[in-house]
Amino acid sequence: MGDWLRQAWTVARKDLLLEFRTRTAIVSAVVFTALVLTVFNFGRDPTAVATIDLAPTILWVTFTFAAMLAMNRAFQLELENDALEGLLASPLSRTSLYWGKLLANLVFVAVVEVVGLPLFVLFFDVPVAPVLLPLIAVIALATVGFVAVGTLFSALVIRTRFAELLLVVILLPFLLPPLIGAVQVTARLLGGRPLSESAGWLRLLAAYDIAFVTLATLLFPFTVDE
Amino acid sequence: MLSAEGLRHAFGGGRGEGGGGRIVALDDVTFTLEAGQTLAIFGPNGAGKTTLLKVLAGLIRPDAGRATVAGGRGAIGWIGHQSHLYGHLTVRENLLFWAALYNVPAATRAQRAADVMQRLGIAEHAERAVWALSRGLAQRAAIAKALIHEPRVLLLDEPFTGLDLAAAAEFRTLLAQLRGAGRVVVLATHNVGEGVELATDVAFQRRGRFVQFAPRGGRGPAQIADEYRRALGEAGG
Repeated sequence: MGDWLRQAWTVARKDLLLEFRTRTAIVSAVVFTALVLTVFNFGRDPTAVATIDLAPTILWVTFTFAAMLAMNRAFQLELENDALEGLLASPLSRTSLYWGKLLANLVFVAVVEVVGLPLFVLFFDVPVAPVLLPLIAVIALATVGFVAVGTLFSALVIRTRFAELLLVVILLPFLLPPLIGAVQVTARLLGGRPLSESAGWLRLLAAYDIAFVTLATLLFPFTVDE
Repeated sequence: MLSAEGLRHAFGGGRGEGGGGRIVALDDVTFTLEAGQTLAIFGPNGAGKTTLLKVLAGLIRPDAGRATVAGGRGAIGWIGHQSHLYGHLTVRENLLFWAALYNVPAATRAQRAADVMQRLGIAEHAERAVWALSRGLAQRAAIAKALIHEPRVLLLDEPFTGLDLAAAAEFRTLLAQLRGAGRVVVLATHNVGEGVELATDVAFQRRGRFVQFAPRGGRGPAQIADEYRRALGEAGG
């Protein structure tokens, strides 16, 4: 394992251990997911719009906002006792720090999605079973992109006032491409269409992942250095 | 082992000439320290001491000049205003985490953590979460964190803050041992009474500039305090 990846894993493991101890972000995000799905379930008129048409949007809006709760925490925990200063003063490379945070955030968001998906099926009674594997693949593909951008921006805003609000405001416009792509592919999958019909959207999601993971890795040092 | 050449840095305003509202934190600071030397930097609040240490630690890129530490970041131990410790991890977990970041071999991390906790008298608190420690114990844990990778250069920013008299005395003894082991120590404080006896060299800093930088010689705390008041009075009018 490369040195930078080993150090990234050290950071990610520490973040996960801290989350395991406090469970603050993960419990908040999971409860938030359940509440949003409940609100959508009771707040819609099933006779006006078919569930199958609305469900993909609901799924992705829920995942997006729940993920933001988790991503907000990524650098907030480094403010305690100014641990971020210690990290930046250490031999840890900025790339390793970014990837460590990215890995931990991916685990957080994956946990939220693992809990959220069954709740989504329960509330909206959509036929997920026949398309479970491709759906999981699409969720993974979209999640990598928006967590990559979210991790970068959470570092950018962490020393500002109203960081939590600012993160949402600057992050959402960047999340539109993967969000649109994910909703489109999910709608087609739940509608029983073949995956090949979504090839264009899948390419967009893959391109977004590659472009933004690369860009975020390159830009991250500028967001944390004084 | 450690050198600063013509360091200049300012905060706020524009970067260009005559940028309005700029606060000068470093103004042409130059010095070199070799193994075994301890530089005590005294200066009032806002003199630029913390900025200087941050530049030496690589946390701030100066507007001009260059700071060089033999061995790079991995050779530096930093004790700042904050402990850099994670409150919900135990003292041992914190030390093992920082040891891993400083590339201490995995096989020796546990022993190294045990040794440094023993030296600092916090071995019995190893399994306590940092948030549950008193301020003095947390400061000792922060010192342990700074020493876990056996740094060759120690940068100490107001290190006596939060220590009671006994702990401060123990820390001075520890610093003396570390200096004796061939390390470079840079200690910045606003309190002239702290750390003078450890210093081989003394600098007075005001508005970013070293108004005096000289070997301590045989000067004691009272004499240095007197010179400090005079030097800063002359520099500032």
